[in-house]
Amino acid sequence: MTPANNSSPLSDSALILDLVLLILAPLAIAGVALINVGLGRSRSAAQALLGNMVIIATALIGFALVGATFAGNTGGSGHVLHLAGKPWNWLGEGPFFLIGIGNAPIHSQLEILFEFLAIAMAAIIPWGSGADRLRLSAGIAIAAVLSALVFPVLAHWVWAAGWLAQLGVNFGAGAGFLDPAGAGTVHLLGGLSALAVVWVSGSRRGKFPKEGFATAMPGHNAVYILFGCLVALVGWLGFNLAGASLWLQAPFAALPVTALNTLLTAAGALAATYTVTRVRFGKPDASLCANGWLAGLVASSASAAIVSPVPALLIGIAVGVITPLLVEVLELAVTVDDPSGAITVHAAGALVGLIAAGLFAPLPGQFIAQLVGIATILGLFLPLIYLLFKVLNRFVPFRVDPDGERIGMDLHELGGGAYPEFVIHRDDSYR
Amino acid sequence: MKFAGLIVMPAGFFLSIAALVLFPAALPRTAFILCALAVEAVGLIVAIRGHMENREPDAGESR
Repeated sequence: MTPANNSSPLSDSALILDLVLLILAPLAIAGVALINVGLGRSRSAAQALLGNMVIIATALIGFALVGATFAGNTGGSGHVLHLAGKPWNWLGEGPFFLIGIGNAPIHSQLEILFEFLAIAMAAIIPWGSGADRLRLSAGIAIAAVLSALVFPVLAHWVWAAGWLAQLGVNFGAGAGFLDPAGAGTVHLLGGLSALAVVWVSGSRRGKFPKEGFATAMPGHNAVYILFGCLVALVGWLGFNLAGASLWLQAPFAALPVTALNTLLTAAGALAATYTVTRVRFGKPDASLCANGWLAGLVASSASAAIVSPVPALLIGIAVGVITPLLVEVLELAVTVDDPSGAITVHAAGALVGLIAAGLFAPLPGQFIAQLVGIATILGLFLPLIYLLFKVLNRFVPFRVDPDGERIGMDLHELGGGAYPEFVIHRDDSYR
Repeated sequence: MKFAGLIVMPAGFFLSIAALVLFPAALPRTAFILCALAVEAVGLIVAIRGHMENREPDAGESR
């Protein structure tokens, strides 16, 4: 075990600023929740939003009871393996149930608060991909598994002096795997969880008929989707700035540029997606533009605190071009039914951001560290998550029964709809 | 087939770790890690192909 280090690298004013930024960060979660609801169907809207809330609650409780013990923080202790003459800090060690958290240094408390908000975000990402067929109980079970078992391990490796964070010290790979606002730890993990959920739960009824193309099932409320994007921007600024300060010890003078980079990456992504959809379909597509904006924010989670403004804009443009094309490929060529586009937005957006952070970072060897981080999350965590979800599906069935899907998740699971005064029309997609 | 792809993916992870330990120089280390990522990509493609082939319309995986 490594000894605890209680000294804080940040000044009091920086710690106060971090607390304020972390108080803003839940707006990012609220934005993603709104987008999840808007991209689903009207007959599942209440279940979708309630699901987001219940999943957030479950993730917070699961992380408090179990996960925080293994995740730890930069000053905490951890279990270390010695292999090939190097220390591999692979698991955090702390008291269960957050006992004694009030006596920990304020810097450690803020890091744990960041981790709580991060798991809340990560847990709702797969819920959007399972929209219109994923049971509430399944969403709760998924959140419990992610918050108690999966996320804490990765959070420790990346943030709490784990072996990925120590790649620079132990192997001369830049400053170690850099992921200041959770592009890998939150969004890549959440996006891969979304892929596993889609694999396990299957597609929505009528989405892929035996003959012909995939059925278009557009989101039911573009206003929710687009307003969610604007709300998410505020929260993302909170996440990116707090992450830069807490995990990279960025000075106050570096934070305005980090905020500027966040804005530029999102703006570049939206401009690129707007252009691509305009060229491709003749008119800009609102939901794809929202996906592009959000993918830009996801990419900024990796790069905003590391790169300069011009690369930030270029990263945004790259993400904005990739997003609408990948959404189309996943739906039409690969038959992946992902209503919220979470796999593209969160997984692909994070991959682009993490790679770009390595390419544009001023430190030599940083690209290697970023690649090893990506290889770890993709190669180790996707199979693990799929296996866990596959087993979980035996005990808590993910997919609602056909009748529930026909009448809508609101009526089936909640007994009432989100818009009771609206007339529900027959769904022509059922063939 | 999906499981075959998912079993291949951790091999890519272990290759990337091996690159860190075996190659101190930047160029061979980067090349080896890129190969490791290519292995993971192949595993992912096989898993996705498995999903497409096993897909029964309008149904999730059997419990």
